[in-house]
Amino acid sequence: MSGPLRVLIVDDEAPARNRMRDLLSDCAGSLDVTVVGEAGSGRAALAFLEENPADVVLLDIHMPEMDGLELAHHLRALNPAPAVIFTTAYDEYAIRAFEVHAVDYLLKPIRLARLQEALSRVRTARAIPPEAIDAARTRPRAFLSAQERGKVTLIPIEEVLYFRAELKYVTARTAEREFLLEESLTRLEQEYAERFVRVHRSCLVARAAIRGFERAPAEGGEGGWFVLLRHVDDRIPVSRRQQHVIRDVGREGG
Amino acid sequence: MASINQNAYSSALPNFRNLGILLRIIVVANVFAIAAAVVSVASWREFWNEVPETAALVQPLLIASLLVLMASNSLLQRVPYALGVALVLAAEAALAAVLHAAARPLLLFELGPMPRAVLLTVMASAVLLFYFDLRGRALSPALSEARLQALQARIRPHFLYNSINAVLSLIRQDPRRAETALEDLAALFRVLMADNRELTTLAHEVELCRQYLDIEQLRLGDRLQVEWHVDKMPAEALVPPLVLQPLLENAVYHGIEPQLTPGPIVVDIYTRRDQLHIRLRNPYERSGNHHGGNKMALANIRERLALHFDAEATLETRVRDNSYEVHIAMPWVRERVR
Repeated sequence: MSGPLRVLIVDDEAPARNRMRDLLSDCAGSLDVTVVGEAGSGRAALAFLEENPADVVLLDIHMPEMDGLELAHHLRALNPAPAVIFTTAYDEYAIRAFEVHAVDYLLKPIRLARLQEALSRVRTARAIPPEAIDAARTRPRAFLSAQERGKVTLIPIEEVLYFRAELKYVTARTAEREFLLEESLTRLEQEYAERFVRVHRSCLVARAAIRGFERAPAEGGEGGWFVLLRHVDDRIPVSRRQQHVIRDVGREGG
Repeated sequence: MASINQNAYSSALPNFRNLGILLRIIVVANVFAIAAAVVSVASWREFWNEVPETAALVQPLLIASLLVLMASNSLLQRVPYALGVALVLAAEAALAAVLHAAARPLLLFELGPMPRAVLLTVMASAVLLFYFDLRGRALSPALSEARLQALQARIRPHFLYNSINAVLSLIRQDPRRAETALEDLAALFRVLMADNRELTTLAHEVELCRQYLDIEQLRLGDRLQVEWHVDKMPAEALVPPLVLQPLLENAVYHGIEPQLTPGPIVVDIYTRRDQLHIRLRNPYERSGNHHGGNKMALANIRERLALHFDAEATLETRVRDNSYEVHIAMPWVRERVR
């Protein structure tokens, strides 16, 4: 690849973005770098990148709503996915996790020489393995990402009513519609253990979305329990093995 | 060994106007009275007769003693420790003798001899003073002070680095604001690194908080809104240094930084009767991003309030729907003691 290195700056604090711009303009003498844009939040960054490709994202870890580690996860859905250089003010858990992988991250205040070094290695260096980024996250993602027609759609996790595994895919149901996700139900169950409960081998239901339970006769033989949901009419069967959920949820709900 | 102990403890009488001290005196004196009753009787039945008889002498003496000590507190604080101890013991002996003489014609039962009552009173007082001295030593030796100072200086590194970064961003575009920011930062660290055992004025503390918030404003811009309700604040009241600033730092870290459009931080400072109240409320999301760190600042402030005011200061926290509130109540100190 040739041409200037296209850089996107992502940081929720305007002064930090300005500082990064200054540093990048100082780099201009020795490196072919161009700043294609700035974003103040993870969502803004994704929206920007869908329209304007970048080679590198300089990404602050500490941000409200969607932090840098989560954004890095969603960036993988882009094609081609940009390289990520993390920036942070404080040597924290996440950063220590990356040290093993000898990839670049920058500690604020950032020195010009460190920035130049990191940028000059971007095209050759091995990227941080996705598993390392996921492992460094200390909290569940605030959004899920779905790819549709070449775009990345973000689904706020609190809007998901249930997940259902179907063959190779997992669908997420919100009040409005369904999304196809490239996720495994088991991983979702682990990540959102507090928010979702498994009612069936292939189904996770949001605790907050449960309106009640209903016992209904099945066509051929004994009846079974079903979960009734808020916002949608779908009825989700509760497997025999998971029937204790009915008691547990009832108790929590009071 | 002596060289290790740099902050040598000097004995001092306790503050006899402090509720915690008064409570301790009452409890210990009554334990003594009951012990004296236990020692002097041969059977349980006698004991139940003895207790009210002892109480008839001890309780008036206790009340009179507390009143005298409270009244003479400022005098006792000014004189050297040894003289103070002698004065307290002499006052107790005199009170015991006077009450004994006054009570004899009023009581229906036979009182013990006067010298015994006086001696017991003086002994109990001496033990109490010894206890307060020990307690003073336990609470303020070099070790615990060093620990408090260390805790005080524990501003989040996150804040320091982010602030320096914000100042760096200003240097080219707005050198004057960069200068002000560095001056604020210096003022803040001057207090953080200072010897903070003495009380400071409320006006000072609030000024420091405003400087701190100015620094944070650089980074956070419109996201940081603070409402001050301090028109009824007694500016000259004395408070432990850094009683409010760490709470604001918490509020920014837990309430403002994790949210895209956070609500305001609200600070209320007012007096009610003889108590100074500080209330701080910040937006808070239960499923917030940050974790930990909060408890330490609170524990540190609580510990320092206890050191200064014993049982007379309280710190309470409350989580409501979408806000977090800290409420400190402490004595309204108008002038420096000692």
